Amino acid sequence: MTAPDWPLFEVFIRARSGLEHKHAGSLHAVDARMALEHARDVYTRRLEGVSIWVVRSSEIAASDPLDADAFFEPARDKIYRHPTFYAIPEEVKNL
Amino acid sequence: MSASLLPAPSADARLRYVLRLADTSLILGQRLAEWVGHAPALEEDLGLANIALDLIGQARLLLSYAGELEGRGRSEDDLAFLRDAPQFLNLTLVEQPNGDFGRTLVRQLLVSAWQLELFEALQGCADARLAEIAAKALKETRYHLRYSASWIVRLGDGTAESHARVQNALDELWQFTGELFAEDEVDAAMLAAGIAPSAAPLKASWLARIDAVLAEATLIRPADSVFPWHGRGGVHTEHLGYMLAEMQFLQRAYPGAQW
Repeated sequence: MTAPDWPLFEVFIRARSGLEHKHAGSLHAVDARMALEHARDVYTRRLEGVSIWVVRSSEIAASDPLDADAFFEPARDKIYRHPTFYAIPEEVKNL
Repeated sequence: MSASLLPAPSADARLRYVLRLADTSLILGQRLAEWVGHAPALEEDLGLANIALDLIGQARLLLSYAGELEGRGRSEDDLAFLRDAPQFLNLTLVEQPNGDFGRTLVRQLLVSAWQLELFEALQGCADARLAEIAAKALKETRYHLRYSASWIVRLGDGTAESHARVQNALDELWQFTGELFAEDEVDAAMLAAGIAPSAAPLKASWLARIDAVLAEATLIRPADSVFPWHGRGGVHTEHLGYMLAEMQFLQRAYPGAQW
């Protein structure tokens, strides 16, 4: 089997109504219609989903791993951004 | 008309009718399974295998029913693996070799469009068991038709090479489509019993579907052939025997072998 010269698509599957679409993987297809059919055949064979999104991988802008320090390190010591950092006073109801 | 007012078909006619449907699904499923590991892309490999498994699933339900109708204690496996070619009643079209990917999908389009019309009619028929199987198979068939039609449009309206290949396949395979709408005494008995749909309207809807796909694919519908093929009567092309030899080898060499 030779890999066809088709663009790559990213596949997102919604497992059940009400849940969000989650990244399931990627595949090759000529266009969006074929990508949906391929996604159905490749990623929903075991009843994994009720809805599929596909998007061309080249359309996704991704953060650069080299920027990881600048992007993510500053959040590391800001523990006060987690709700668990705060003690809830007994008197406060319905929080 | 209420089913109870209709004459019950002879047990033999019903058995033959169910076997024709079962064998058509089984043989086409086996043919498609030959693509596993050989399709032009991994995604198509899975696509064809999924359709093959749908068809084999239909065949299992239908063969089990046929075994019960026959009343000789034969299971779906006995019927699939221990009958010889003349006892198979599938359409001649489905035993035709795969050829290239385009030819496989031309065959699929012709059969899926026919199965769609047929299962739609059968899901409301007077045979409750058959109606149930048809209703399940119908959902699968809708996808088979979408998949094959979409490929035929791409290939027909694609490059000069792909267009020539699928037109050529269509020209070769069209001669077998007459059998899809042939009516013999089995069909007549099942029609009279309110089970089988009448062939003429079935053919009109099928043709409308096929013509729409061919027009979009810029393909030309070949002229009808007058030669009557009789796969449904157990008279097959040479291809079926070779297929069965491969399909049945294990059960013939090691009777009762299990996974």
